[in-house]
Formats: sequence, structure tokens, C-alpha cells
Amino acid sequence: MRRGPSPFNIAAITLGMGFLYLPIVLLVIYSFNDSRLVTVWGGFSTRWYASLFQNQQLLAAAWVTLRVAFVSATLATILGALAALGLVRAGRFRGRTLFSSMTYAPLVMPEVILGLSLLLLFVSVGLPRGFWTVTIAHTTLTLCYATVVVQARLVSFDEALEEAARDLGAPPWKAFVLVTLPNIAPAVAAAWMLAFTLSLDDLVIASFTTGPGATTLPIRIYSAVRLGVSPEINAISTLLIGLVATGVIAVYLLNMRRRTAGA
Amino acid sequence: MTATGAPRPRRPWRRLGRPRGNPSWEARAAFLPYLWLGLFFLAPFLLVAKLSLSDVVLAIPPYAPRLDWGAGLAGLAAFVQALDFEAYARMGQDGLYLAAYLSSLKFAAVATLILLLTGYPLAYGMARCRPSVRQALLMAVILPFWTSFLIRVYAWIAILKPAGLLNMALSQVGLPPVDILNTDTAVYIGLVYAYLPFMVLPLYAVLERQDDSLLEAAADLGCTPFQTFWRVTFPLSLPGVAAGALLCFIPMVGEFVIPDLLGGSGTLMLGKTIWTEFFSNRDWPAASAVAIVLLATLVIPIVLFQRQQTKLMEQR
Repeated sequence: MRRGPSPFNIAAITLGMGFLYLPIVLLVIYSFNDSRLVTVWGGFSTRWYASLFQNQQLLAAAWVTLRVAFVSATLATILGALAALGLVRAGRFRGRTLFSSMTYAPLVMPEVILGLSLLLLFVSVGLPRGFWTVTIAHTTLTLCYATVVVQARLVSFDEALEEAARDLGAPPWKAFVLVTLPNIAPAVAAAWMLAFTLSLDDLVIASFTTGPGATTLPIRIYSAVRLGVSPEINAISTLLIGLVATGVIAVYLLNMRRRTAGA
Repeated sequence: MTATGAPRPRRPWRRLGRPRGNPSWEARAAFLPYLWLGLFFLAPFLLVAKLSLSDVVLAIPPYAPRLDWGAGLAGLAAFVQALDFEAYARMGQDGLYLAAYLSSLKFAAVATLILLLTGYPLAYGMARCRPSVRQALLMAVILPFWTSFLIRVYAWIAILKPAGLLNMALSQVGLPPVDILNTDTAVYIGLVYAYLPFMVLPLYAVLERQDDSLLEAAADLGCTPFQTFWRVTFPLSLPGVAAGALLCFIPMVGEFVIPDLLGGSGTLMLGKTIWTEFFSNRDWPAASAVAIVLLATLVIPIVLFQRQQTKLMEQR
């Protein structure tokens, strides 16, 4: 029997959620503020959103960011799924410890270190910095998250199903594609989304590895933030939060329905 | 597990297809990400280590690699002779680096402690709820993790700045204004705020799995609710505590965005030092040396974290 939450538990949850969401809610509210000042409420207005769409620099940065996020998330998901397969299924192979270390380390490694080290690599091999260097850097970071997400699903997947397919004559790759892949597909999708949003969000690694013509949105936002709070930043932040929240909640609801349908 | 799963009967035809000693196709599949990580994760560290030993003057951009890859062994020998510990020596002499180092560790340690104290009641409360509510709350904790880190830190500037929302609220209720932005307090608020989901999730994962009959047994044996918590619940949740603490502590030591945006000029943290050396002072060897020291400090916690992750994955 599970006890229900006590008043203390409810207070902890309320305070915790309030702490997590109050700043975001305030940010969203003040993006609709007609006044330029944070503390003065000048009435409801969407003019900061309108001015966003006239800001060519910002639009260009948003386009670069979306492209980087799309390419790097796709690469990272493919590589991450392969890495997860290797870690879960391949048993012991030579260099496994090094491999699993390399997939977990970037999860906690301070971003400044990753950014600096990748930049030095690009400089030393003479790769011109720009779109592809940022994409490679983001792939490296997000592939580790993708690995963990797919791995978690893969461990709980019953391998006997795939074995049954093989026993019935399917070659290993076909058994994988027809049996395992549909089963881990939600995790692969979640991994892609996580990689996409992490890339969308990253400032530090992008700052180190970017070059002319590849200024990403977080870099633009950061340089604007350094100059102070402005309602335009609130507006672009609100759009980004809305985009990500919609995606995450959609995936969550989709998974919920699948689970209830399957159960 | 196919290759080592001992109890499973081996099928002769499978052995035909995969001779002993040949890697399974899954092991071959792992080759690609292996190569990628070796190229873009491992190799760059060697470069950082190398540059941290380079001469300052030569390394000022446009930075030419001092190791002449084309010259082969002779180039390597020349390179080794030219190794220079100057960047490290300067680090040792300049008190500012040491101060930044110690202050980074302090920030991360204190923030981890605050996170434990705030995250634990939240995770515990969540685990006590009905399953449907639990799912929704879990979602609510995960959502901020997906939304931009930079934006969430930015949101605090509007709240904490002198003419910001906090002071507006304080003056409404007749309290004197506080000046928090650009102080260490603001950095702590930012750290706790940004890393709270990382602390709550592993704690929740262990607390949710806990068997309630243990609590009943403790109560039957005469434990007060507090004793039950302290002697049963808490010890059993220690893996979650360790995971959460490591997951927060390690990246916080090298944090850049939070001290830069919320801290003042007096806020010293290594992530900020690396950034300044690199982008403002253009001293690449110094930035690399700081990065190496930071990395060396974090090696042990990172290894602990990996051990734990591996254990968690194999437990399931």
C-alpha cells in the first residue's frame, strides 16, 4: 500500500514547481508587454514579435541554428543508436571500456572543455570554421545523449523476439529492421528530439567552433543579453520555449497513448 | 549480450555464420560511433594537452600548430624539446587562477548541497503521489531541462536586477529592495535553478522504486516517521543521491553561462577563466592549461559517474 502525499509533500511539490516555472512564466508574460521597461506594464502587445520578424540578423541566425540542429541531430541519432547496440548487444569487445567511457563522459564534461578541445582540433587540421564545424561539435555532444536514451530502451527489450525471427530464417540485419527497430523506434525518436533541442540550445560549444557566416541563435541571444534585458529577447525566448514544449508534450502524449493502447 | 550470454544454448548454424573470434554485427555497428568519438572527443584532448605546453607568443592567433605533422619523428623530437611549462608556471604564480579554481569548487559543492536539500523533498513528494499525477509531475520536471539553458538563466536577470521584478514585489509589500544581480548569491540561485531537474530525476528514480512495505515494517517495529526516513528511506536512496550529486557537481565546476550572466566581476569560476583567456586575452596556451587542470580535477568524479551509469544500465 502506498501512502498518499502528506501536506509537507504537497508543499514541497508546490514550492519546487513554482520555483521551476515562475521565471519562465514571467518571461513569457513580459514578452507581451508594450513597454520596453521590465517593471512597467504598458499593456498587452505583440509588437516585439513583429519586430523579430524584421530582424534579418536574427532570422539568419535562426535558419543556421535549425540547419545545424537538424543535421547534427540526425547524425547523432544514427551514431548513438549504433553505439547503444554495440554497448548492449555486442558483449565484450576490445576497447569496450574506453568506448563506454567516451559515450558517458560528454554528458557531464563541462562544455568549455569540449568546445576548446574541438576548436583546437579544427584549427590544427586546417578545417575552416563554420556550419560544418559547429555541426560536428554538436553531433559529438548529442550523440552521447542519444546513446543513453536508445540504450535504456534496448536493455528492456526482449532479445528473444529478434532471436525468434532469426530462427525463422531472417538474416540478422533483417531481424533487426523488422523486429527490434519498430520496438525501439519511440526511443530513437525521443533521442532525435533531445539531440535537436540540445543543439538548438547550445551556446558554449557553438561559440568556440563557429566561424564567419555561421552565427547561431544562442550566440546572437547571448550577445544581446550581455547588453541587458530587452523585450525582443523575451519574445524570441517565448517562441523557442513554445516550440520545444509543444514538441516534448506531443512526444509524451504519443508515448502515453501507445502505452495505454498496448497495455 | 549475445556473445557472452552463457546460459543460452548455442545454435550450430549461428556458429557457422559467425566463426569464433569474429565480432558480431552489433560490434561492427559500434565501430562508426567509436571512430567518431575517437576522432572528435579523444584526439582533441591530446591537442589541448599539447597546446597547454606551447609557447605563448607562438600560440597567439593566428595560431600555427607547433607540431609539424609532416616532419615525422624528427618533427616530434623537435616538438618535445620545445615543450614549455610556462602556461602552468604562470598559473601557479598568478593567485587569480588559484582563487578561481578554489572558488569553482566551492560554488559547485555548496550548490550541490543546496540542490540535495531542495531536490530531495520535491522528489520524495513526487514519489508519494498517485501514478497518474506522478507522470504529469515527472513531465513537469523534465520540461525545463529541454528548454534553453541560456533562456532560463536570462529569465533570472529580469527578476534579480536592481529595478527588476523581485524588488518591485518587495516594494509592494513594503520591504527594502535587495541588490542580488551580479553577486555570488545570484550565481547560487542560477546554479540551483538550472540544475534542479538533474538532481530531482535520479532521486525520483530511486525513491519511486522503493517498496512501501519496508516503511510499514519500520513503523511496526516502533520507528517514528523521522526515524523511518533517516534509517530506511534515506540509506536506500543513496545511489540516487550520488548520481544526482555527480550529475550536478561535475558540469557546475566548469559552468560558464551562469557566472557570466548572473555573477559580478568578482565572481571567479574556471569556466569563465577559460572563456576570458580564450576570447578576450587570446591566450590559447593559458586557456588550454586551465582546461587541463579542470579536467584533471574532474577525472575522478567523472569515472565515478561512469561506473554508476554502467551499473544502472546493467541492473535493469
